[in-house]
Amino acid sequence: METIRTDVAIIGAGGAGLRAAIALAESDPQLRIALVSKVYPMRSHTCAAEGGAAGVIKPDDSLDHHFNDTVGGGDWLCDQDAVEYLVQEAPRELIQLEHWGCPWSREANGSVAVRPFGGMKKQRTWFAADKSGFHILHTLFQTSLQFPSIERFDEYYATDLIVDDGRCQGFTAIEMRSGQMKRFHAGAVIIAGGGAGRMFPFTTNGAIKTGDGMALAYRAGVPLKDMEFVQYHPTGLPNTGTLLTEACRGEGGVLLNKNGRRFLQDYGMGPETPLGKPVLKTMELGPRDRVSQAFWHEQKKGNTIATRWGDCMLLDMRHLGEKKINERLPLVRDMSTSYLGIDPVTDPVPVRPVVHYMMGGIHTDIRAATPLAGLFAAGECACVSINGANRLGSNSLTELLVFGRRAGLSAREYVRSGPRAVNEAALVAQAAAAQARIRSLFEKTGGKESVAGVRKEMMTTMEQNAGIYRTAEGLSEACVKLSELRRRYAQVELTDKTNVYNTDLLQALELGSMLDCAEAVAASAAARKESRGAHQRLDFVDRDDVNFLRHSLAYYHAKEPPRIDYRDVVITKSQPGVRDYSGDHK
Amino acid sequence: MSQRVVELEVLRYNPETDSEPHFQRYSVSCEDEWVVLDALNRVKETIDPTLSYRWSCHMAVCGSCGMMINGEPKLGCKSFLRDYEGVIRVEPLAHFPIERDLVTVIDDFIGKLKRVKPYLIPKHEKPLTEGEYLQTPAELKKFKQYTMCINCMLCYAACPEYGLIPKFIGPAAISLAHRYNQDSRDGGRDERQEEIATTEGVWECSFTGACSEVCPEHVDPASALQQVKIKSTVDWYTEHLMPWVKK
Repeated sequence: METIRTDVAIIGAGGAGLRAAIALAESDPQLRIALVSKVYPMRSHTCAAEGGAAGVIKPDDSLDHHFNDTVGGGDWLCDQDAVEYLVQEAPRELIQLEHWGCPWSREANGSVAVRPFGGMKKQRTWFAADKSGFHILHTLFQTSLQFPSIERFDEYYATDLIVDDGRCQGFTAIEMRSGQMKRFHAGAVIIAGGGAGRMFPFTTNGAIKTGDGMALAYRAGVPLKDMEFVQYHPTGLPNTGTLLTEACRGEGGVLLNKNGRRFLQDYGMGPETPLGKPVLKTMELGPRDRVSQAFWHEQKKGNTIATRWGDCMLLDMRHLGEKKINERLPLVRDMSTSYLGIDPVTDPVPVRPVVHYMMGGIHTDIRAATPLAGLFAAGECACVSINGANRLGSNSLTELLVFGRRAGLSAREYVRSGPRAVNEAALVAQAAAAQARIRSLFEKTGGKESVAGVRKEMMTTMEQNAGIYRTAEGLSEACVKLSELRRRYAQVELTDKTNVYNTDLLQALELGSMLDCAEAVAASAAARKESRGAHQRLDFVDRDDVNFLRHSLAYYHAKEPPRIDYRDVVITKSQPGVRDYSGDHK
Repeated sequence: MSQRVVELEVLRYNPETDSEPHFQRYSVSCEDEWVVLDALNRVKETIDPTLSYRWSCHMAVCGSCGMMINGEPKLGCKSFLRDYEGVIRVEPLAHFPIERDLVTVIDDFIGKLKRVKPYLIPKHEKPLTEGEYLQTPAELKKFKQYTMCINCMLCYAACPEYGLIPKFIGPAAISLAHRYNQDSRDGGRDERQEEIATTEGVWECSFTGACSEVCPEHVDPASALQQVKIKSTVDWYTEHLMPWVKK
């Protein structure tokens, strides 16, 4: 097996991975950096983020406001030291992107423009029309091209971390073009592999978001934190799940039920605000968890609109006018018109809540370090946690910048803190074991299961039992089913037994990642007997700070369900309180 | 929901088992509103797991699923079945080597992109503590459309020159160089001109405009190339006739 030797290897080349790579290259040009991704960097899912990135820049705003919005929005499950670091670093990172050429939308005087976003008390979301993530990703990718120390390994799928002497020392990866396995030998590893939304059938997430980075760390013994918190974005196109950004409402779009009522006022987010004059942090600018939950209640009451893609509410943007929609929301108009046949300029758009983001992920501290020495993580795959029980829109792009950079700097510090003894034979043996595992999957005959079949059952289970509202019964059913599916996964037989760009093998490995993540979600959700943020239990309807003001930690077991442990939330200055989205006009 | 059976004719090529590419027919039951990519996914899930292609976002922004559909370069996720009658022929993007089935080798573009220095080379260095560079909406508008390139390669598949002369840097990479040249914050035009105002650069372009016609993001690479040509002509005259004038 070929060995690739490097100082720091990064798995994932989306926003967080690229930001980490650039931080490393800038701060220490002598370090060799391997940037490894299962796709070309510009295909990474950061490109699909639409609305923008939050950072305090305008004079009427303050770091405290951003902090308070984020901690309250997260239902006090955020680690407040991490949130302090996020809000403090955010403006610097967004200005840095500006200096690298990011085409942020501007005010008439040439300064950067900001827009309102859900759950934010002030306007602080920097945006590039409604393709903010796309521009951030391409700015980072293009900027990264000037650093000779960043060596890319595009279309390599990482399969197993290599851990010896209590340290992560690399990983194995399959080069898709040849089908050959390579061993990456690295002083430190950063995982920036993105989320796992594809374990649900209806999601805004691209095909690549299969939780591979999370599963890599999890199987190596690193706990996954707060996995029960899965964000539903309120406004997805009902047929494809395509995201219609929260900026639709930030710009003044409203949500209607089948009677034309702006129903959010009936769920603690009223009173109604004037049409086309959105008021921050209330009504349509409430947080995503509350808005998605309100939809669920309307559905139970029979107030939603039946469509052939399921029950919907209406997102009405007609009053914004064609000019504003074209200028601020061109992608939204294009998506809605082409995929659904409805032009938001002339008609309200039917939408329904859609799985969007994992608040949980690889347990990291404020330095982006995991409990495993030599292993760091950042971006959606990590849980620092700044998102707590519910992420505020436009905090994730900021998070991947701030903690992507932090992961790079921490990895550098770790690598430079001294040479460490390497037991080459042990590493080679582990790589060989990883190869044997893949080979047995590859060569197996007589298997009774297919990738598509097991995947479909997993998705159905997750949608039915781990959605917006959950019960002990449903979650226990999900746990049983997922454990069965993990067993049956061992019976998957590939149809494609060739080497070059084998997507049958790739999808089988991705399915393995998703099953592990899904089990962590279901088990953590079953254990959390309270309702908080995006985790709502019909059988435990209240938040329970006495027992559950804690992060869950799911530990992997090869044959058994995960073991769930807990860890206290870090509170620095904000004691748990009431989340109030009734605006200033009580 | 109304369904229809779609006949796909897909180019297959596996370098390990095939001496040359061939077509394979699939009949697949599809929803009316689907795109070609959905049909391929249905084939992969229910008929043939060996079919290989790239895709991810399903919203025309990641640029993965460029393919020839009935001979035209298209994004699979933005090509609606309702716009096609009869058999739909799907092939890998023209002008690129085939890695397998619909998956092409795009090393050539990746190398060229790096060569044109598609990153900001600041006119004036400014510390982060001094905040953002000011840029008016009018200044932004000068280059914004060229930032929209998703690197999907449709323009390369459409470009007759690239098909004939693979050394041609090509529409997307030149547009991205032009994007930075037009940016009010940038001072790197001279460095980039060394790559793009050359025979392999813009002067290879015969202005058929095919690149702009197929671009799913309305980047209009053809206009970028013509602007670079004009600028480089002006540069030439300035340099040779008025050497005392600074560019």
